[in-house]
Amino acid sequence: MDSSEIQKLANLAMIEIDDSQVSEVAARISDVLALVDQLQAADTDNVTPMAHPLDTVQRLRSDEVNEPNRREAFQAIAPESENGLYLVPKVIDAG
Amino acid sequence: MTWETVIGLEVHVQLATKSKLFSATSTAFGSEPNTQASAIDLAMPGTLPVANEEPFRYAIMFGLAIGAEIGKESVFERKNYFYPDLPKGYQTTQLAKPIVGAGEVEITLEDGSTKSIRIHHAHLEEDAGKSMHEDFHGMSGIDLNRAGTPLIEIVSEPDLRSAEEAVAFAKKLHSLVTSLGICDGEMSQGSMRFDVNISVHKPGTPFGTRTETKNLNSFKFMEEAIEMEVDRQIEELESGGVIDQETRLYDGDKRTAKTMRKKADENDYRYFPCPDLLPVVFDDAYVDAIKAAMPELPEARAARFKEEYQLSDYDADILSADAATSAYFEQLVKTSNDAKQSANWIMGELSAKLNAEEKSIKDSPVTAEQLGGVISRTQDGTISSKIAKQVFEALWDGKGTSADEIIESQGLKQVSDTGALEKMADEVIANSAKQVENYRNADPDKRPKMLGYFVGQIMKASKGQANPQAINKILIEKLNALL
Amino acid sequence: MHRQSISELAQSLRDKKFSSVELTQHYLDRIKRIDPQLNSYVTVTEEIALAQAKIADERLASGDSNPLCGIPIAHKDIFCTEGVRTSCGSKMLDNFVPPYNATVVENYLDAGAVMLGKVNMDEFAMGSSNETSYYGPVKNPWDTRCVPGGSSGGSAASVAAMLAAGATATDTGGSIRQPASHCGLTGIKPTYGRASRYGMIAFASSLDQAGVLTRSAKDAAIMMNSLISFDQKDSTSVDVAKEDYLQNLETSVEGITIGVPKEYFGDGLKIETAALVQEAIDQYEKMGAKIKEISLPHSSLAVPAYYVIAPAECSANLSRFDGVRYGYRCENPKDLEDLYKRSRGEAFGEEVKRRILVGTYALSAGYFDAYYNKAQQVRRLIKQDFDEAFKDVDVIMGPTCTSPAFKFDSKGSDPVAMYLEDIYTIATNLAGLPGLSIPCGLVDNKPVGLQIIGPAFAEGKLLNIAHQFQLATDFHTLTAPDLD
Repeated sequence: MDSSEIQKLANLAMIEIDDSQVSEVAARISDVLALVDQLQAADTDNVTPMAHPLDTVQRLRSDEVNEPNRREAFQAIAPESENGLYLVPKVIDAG
Repeated sequence: MTWETVIGLEVHVQLATKSKLFSATSTAFGSEPNTQASAIDLAMPGTLPVANEEPFRYAIMFGLAIGAEIGKESVFERKNYFYPDLPKGYQTTQLAKPIVGAGEVEITLEDGSTKSIRIHHAHLEEDAGKSMHEDFHGMSGIDLNRAGTPLIEIVSEPDLRSAEEAVAFAKKLHSLVTSLGICDGEMSQGSMRFDVNISVHKPGTPFGTRTETKNLNSFKFMEEAIEMEVDRQIEELESGGVIDQETRLYDGDKRTAKTMRKKADENDYRYFPCPDLLPVVFDDAYVDAIKAAMPELPEARAARFKEEYQLSDYDADILSADAATSAYFEQLVKTSNDAKQSANWIMGELSAKLNAEEKSIKDSPVTAEQLGGVISRTQDGTISSKIAKQVFEALWDGKGTSADEIIESQGLKQVSDTGALEKMADEVIANSAKQVENYRNADPDKRPKMLGYFVGQIMKASKGQANPQAINKILIEKLNALL
Repeated sequence: MHRQSISELAQSLRDKKFSSVELTQHYLDRIKRIDPQLNSYVTVTEEIALAQAKIADERLASGDSNPLCGIPIAHKDIFCTEGVRTSCGSKMLDNFVPPYNATVVENYLDAGAVMLGKVNMDEFAMGSSNETSYYGPVKNPWDTRCVPGGSSGGSAASVAAMLAAGATATDTGGSIRQPASHCGLTGIKPTYGRASRYGMIAFASSLDQAGVLTRSAKDAAIMMNSLISFDQKDSTSVDVAKEDYLQNLETSVEGITIGVPKEYFGDGLKIETAALVQEAIDQYEKMGAKIKEISLPHSSLAVPAYYVIAPAECSANLSRFDGVRYGYRCENPKDLEDLYKRSRGEAFGEEVKRRILVGTYALSAGYFDAYYNKAQQVRRLIKQDFDEAFKDVDVIMGPTCTSPAFKFDSKGSDPVAMYLEDIYTIATNLAGLPGLSIPCGLVDNKPVGLQIIGPAFAEGKLLNIAHQFQLATDFHTLTAPDLD
């Protein structure tokens, strides 16, 4: 795990990492990856991945509206809002 | 050899459910910003998705309509990327196990030929919010009312070969989803949005590198964007260039397109099964029950219109294409008892007026019952077809609640009373000595044409209410008596 | 009065020996005096506590029968509390006051329990020592030079120091059982899906489960009766009949079969810990249980699998903390990317960032199969080991931790040393099974825990087996030195 790989991950995860810390972060993540690489020794041929401990199916709800408008309460804790909108630095591309 | 265009579509269809895909929040369009954004929609910490059954029913209806395999077990996954209109930082969508598998849609082209377009799959996912780019001190405003609205994304195979085919396909999907009643079809509100994958190649050679033009929300823009992109690619290739795989944006108002991002900058979405949701499973009985209750699809409806109302192929296709138009038409026939006139009115006066005011037929100010009244009064001779248009306009402007009321209050009733008409004819003849003289001296062949002047005068005197056939008859008798 | 168990307090309140207001005030005074030495509370909600106590006294006066009515408890700061800051141990949520309650919090409100405050934890529940909290480490009441365990360190320390009669907690890889072991408490993690996750800030959604920390199995049963509920707001909440966990506490353990996995007594385990755990198992044998050596062959792969799955899920779960709708936002972001990167870079601690990055890596193109998918395959093998074992045994017993509580900063810079703290607890989270830890003796005056693991939905059985042990022994009555 080198510095450029760490920066690539940091970009995907949107986390700023100071250049002075990159090598330390890389070293620690390499420690973790060394641990998890023990998995490679396991024989998992024909084993279905288990994404969830519950071996059951999803319950679905009926199509009803019962959420009230609570904009005031929600925006009271927003870092920046105006006219009911959340404000962020200018978004350049749509989509 | 000429270039061949290859097009595939990804179509986002907003499902017309009352509540969102994972929250019990309203999906109604046009509310004040963030008044339809619950704690779940805002991705408040600790909140969890609770899946709505209705979008699955709708997706299954679509799947059945295109003859697709229904995913008996479908799985939601998280598609990870950061964007301010995506509150959780991931979109909950389906990838490996979608609700609708491969199917087919038949399109009809202008020349009457048909073509089958393969659907790769259709999956359920949640819509994002909206970014408002008006200036808030150099910032953008985020409205999350739309966030979490259920969508099906329909992904076609690259089977389309021209803008015309692509538009026909898009219109066919619009017709299908509105007929199924699973989407309101309101393009201007973003209820259907198209991403278009375009490449060109020489027939017999592998497909060229494709670009994707995103988020087109009208058939017209889609057609323009495709034509513009095809021209750009051909020009580029013919001048020795190469096509970069990229995502493009088309600005329909300015009629310009530009690169949004290059393939190399594409996000790595890191899909994985959403651990907050379990697999959604349906048995055969569930799907069979939906199948048994399917509404009439456009083809069946067109055939029925031809049979039941003796419409031409052309009229039947147009009137059956979307559910709202079909419903309006059938209601209109019921009140007017005249299928041909009903078809003419819808495709003529009504659609011209709706287009001019950018309204959909569902929101037409003139109801089918009201328009039916107009047609009936024309049929029974109460008003002329010219006055009928006047009555329609008055209904449109809300000047009355029925054709009869407007005819009455504005005194538009056609005068067919012979006594009154004879009196008017006598007056006009008496006041038009010169024209009468000319008529008398004219060649008999030319006389019918000259009748027009006298008819016009009587119509003027009667404020258009005189019955033209009756006037003609009376005038000919009276003028010929003077010969 | 703080030395009384929850059931004793419930009786005293009904006997009018003291009121809930008096009891609550007593706890609040203790917190004020003692907690500065421990740092177990992030927020003390004095006014709310007294108001709730007053209501509880009214309910008691009109004959309320819920044993939790009027009992002062603490909530881990991972459960959203309406109107009360919920930090999750992070700078990211230092200013976050939720406009809603977690279902678990609602359940205790319904029961009439009194909330003393919100207790400290590892940031976003990521840690095994409570050293990653933005609000500083929590100290172990048994030895303040040592960690209380984590991530529910504040829950454990506050109950062990008798600054709350009981506490809610969460367990993703051992975060209830390991602090229970280190602080001499009874701690239970129910079967996945038993307790609602609604309003409980997610770390790893397929592993997280709420539970409780108390001073006895009987207290735990009382707390569990309110914790467990079926919740429509959590799609993974299991709709199984609610049971009264007090009902079967008195059932004898005679004739039950206890499985002892040989893999849980391997190299890493300290001899003194192994001896105490063995003595506890011998005690059960004396009480009539049959002991059977079993094997859970994939045990050694649990930690590696966990450190793929938990980071992968957390990398997505923590994406919502973006500085847009709530929580920390950096000063003067120059553009959108800067807003995201600095808000998250400045407000997340090192361990949280590390796990997000590891998770991002495990899910990224080209690595998904080798890491994420492989880990989920191994997870199934681990689950199958348990399924196999439970064909022959009723419960499984072994150590909760390799050794008693360790000193602060003793794990060095390698995160893996810390990760191995949960070597015996992680597998049950991967398999979704219930697990419990009870004290079984002291090493160097520090508690050691016995772990009991059951098949799915056997939490009633676990509490029964734990209670029977506590009837026969008095390890659970040992308390930390008086800090008053």
